[in-house]
Amino acid sequence: MTLVAERPVQETAPAPPKRRKRPVLPYLLIAPTLLTTAYLLLYPLVRNVIISLQEFGLPQLVRGDAKFVGLANYVKVLSDPEFWAVVRRTLWFTAINVVLIMVLSTLVALLLVRLGKGLRFLVMGGLVLTWATPIIAATTVFQWLFQSRLGVVNWALVAMGFEEYRDYTWFADGEATFGILVTLIVWQSVPFAALSLYAAMITVPQELYEAARMDGAGAWRVFSTITFPMLRAMFGLITCLEVIWVVKAFVQIWVISQGGPGQATTTLPVYAFQVAQSLQRYDLGAAVSMLMVVLLVLALLAYFRQLYRQEREA
Amino acid sequence: MIGRISRTTAALVVFVLSVFPVYWMVLTAFKPTKDIQSATPTFLPLPITFDHFGTAIAAKGFFSFWRNSLLVAGGAVLLALLVALLAAFAIARLQWKGRRAFVLMVFVAQMTPWEALLIPIYVIARDTGMLDTLWILTLVYFMMTLPFTIVTLRGFLAAIPADLEEAAQVDGCTRGQAFRKVVFPLLAPGLLATSLFGFITAWNEFAFANVLIIKDQDDRTLPVWLSSFNNTFGTDWGATMAASTLFMLPVLLIFIVLQGRVTTGIVGGAVKG
Repeated sequence: MTLVAERPVQETAPAPPKRRKRPVLPYLLIAPTLLTTAYLLLYPLVRNVIISLQEFGLPQLVRGDAKFVGLANYVKVLSDPEFWAVVRRTLWFTAINVVLIMVLSTLVALLLVRLGKGLRFLVMGGLVLTWATPIIAATTVFQWLFQSRLGVVNWALVAMGFEEYRDYTWFADGEATFGILVTLIVWQSVPFAALSLYAAMITVPQELYEAARMDGAGAWRVFSTITFPMLRAMFGLITCLEVIWVVKAFVQIWVISQGGPGQATTTLPVYAFQVAQSLQRYDLGAAVSMLMVVLLVLALLAYFRQLYRQEREA
Repeated sequence: MIGRISRTTAALVVFVLSVFPVYWMVLTAFKPTKDIQSATPTFLPLPITFDHFGTAIAAKGFFSFWRNSLLVAGGAVLLALLVALLAAFAIARLQWKGRRAFVLMVFVAQMTPWEALLIPIYVIARDTGMLDTLWILTLVYFMMTLPFTIVTLRGFLAAIPADLEEAAQVDGCTRGQAFRKVVFPLLAPGLLATSLFGFITAWNEFAFANVLIIKDQDDRTLPVWLSSFNNTFGTDWGATMAASTLFMLPVLLIFIVLQGRVTTGIVGGAVKG
């Protein structure tokens, strides 16, 4: 509307005077978004809170007469040692994944900056291919790569002389399954992080590097005194995003191991789903997922802080 | 010189590590079963066979899974485009009270942890009789893609100078006409890119499809079917990999169509919220 006001030409085509005061158009335009968001996002979230405060099992699901029980579900979840084991595992899983993703992506991005045109195109093409691979396709392929009898990984390990990997059943062992899931998630996440970091790195003025090199700074010094400080906000932003994505990771884990063997790969989203679906305790599942939301909101606040910083610096 | 050699080596290692799983998937899909089962795997696609693709396509329900996935993803994207275009126009072109709050809401909605909403949406779907229908999946995917669609469309709209529209209005177009005749054609590539990315999100979604479609197995979508390949193909890895390859094909085509915009678009979209 100010656009209209700025232009004197517009005054020859008068708008209805009512609209000047309080334009309706913008609100009409955003109404569909607001309504659908309220029904499809806000309402489920509120419903989740309500379910987590009710006694809500299979009978209540069928009959629909759930009783309000206050914070009983939260008390039950929080006093269950299994829940805390899951939280510890989730934090550990997130830490390993995010550290690996950030270190590898930084290395790949630094490599991309230094490559000639042809090789850079090749590597970027490979990264985009990985990125384009649907989670389900990747998950299925990883199951095949690590298959015990015909899997190519076991074949390669045996060929390299690790005889103990002949017919090794990766998915029967908790730590091995955990390791495969980390490999899978890191493999899928590096392309986005590496390409974003690369895109940011090429915006750093070349003269800075040249000056540093003239002063005799080595590669590590250049990175720690120029690249990293210049792109601190970008690093923060991507780290936050990766934390959020890894904590939420559900599909890979559910399809490969359903949280098993035992509970070796049960993270928070998997645990919430197990409790709700297998035990049909929707109330407890809802409480667990609300606790996960709280954890994610913390990560999200950090993300928005970084976003704000990035916007200010850019 | 040494630096150059080590850089080249590192580049090749990164390339092989990122490409190998996909290469292995496609290779297995084309390998004769006896080569798949041989003790020493072959790494080149010779000889090739199309048998596994035949097995995958002949699997029960294959075409209905494709149809379901296309319907759900396509429906979600069309809905999202329609709703998002209105909102994006309001943000990019108009000044109004509450605009900043609205933009913030969209950013927050974009970060929704959908994994935490599986239970309430299952309960809601059950209460409203939408459980086991493709409608509920379409709605969920629509909501999943909506915030991203608004953010990117707003970006594309902002890149089109408002002067163009005003010039058209000076020449006697109404606001609606100016938008349709001037802005829309310029926006078309952006609309295409945005909708294709939304399509990929919906196409790949597994968690909700797995929970919301349970009774009628024919109503499942491709990801759920693929994840249950053990029941479908037993230990026929050739057919499984052929099915995965077919599933990935549309996504790959979209990435190729969008090429440069893939990196700049998504990275920009993600970083800017």
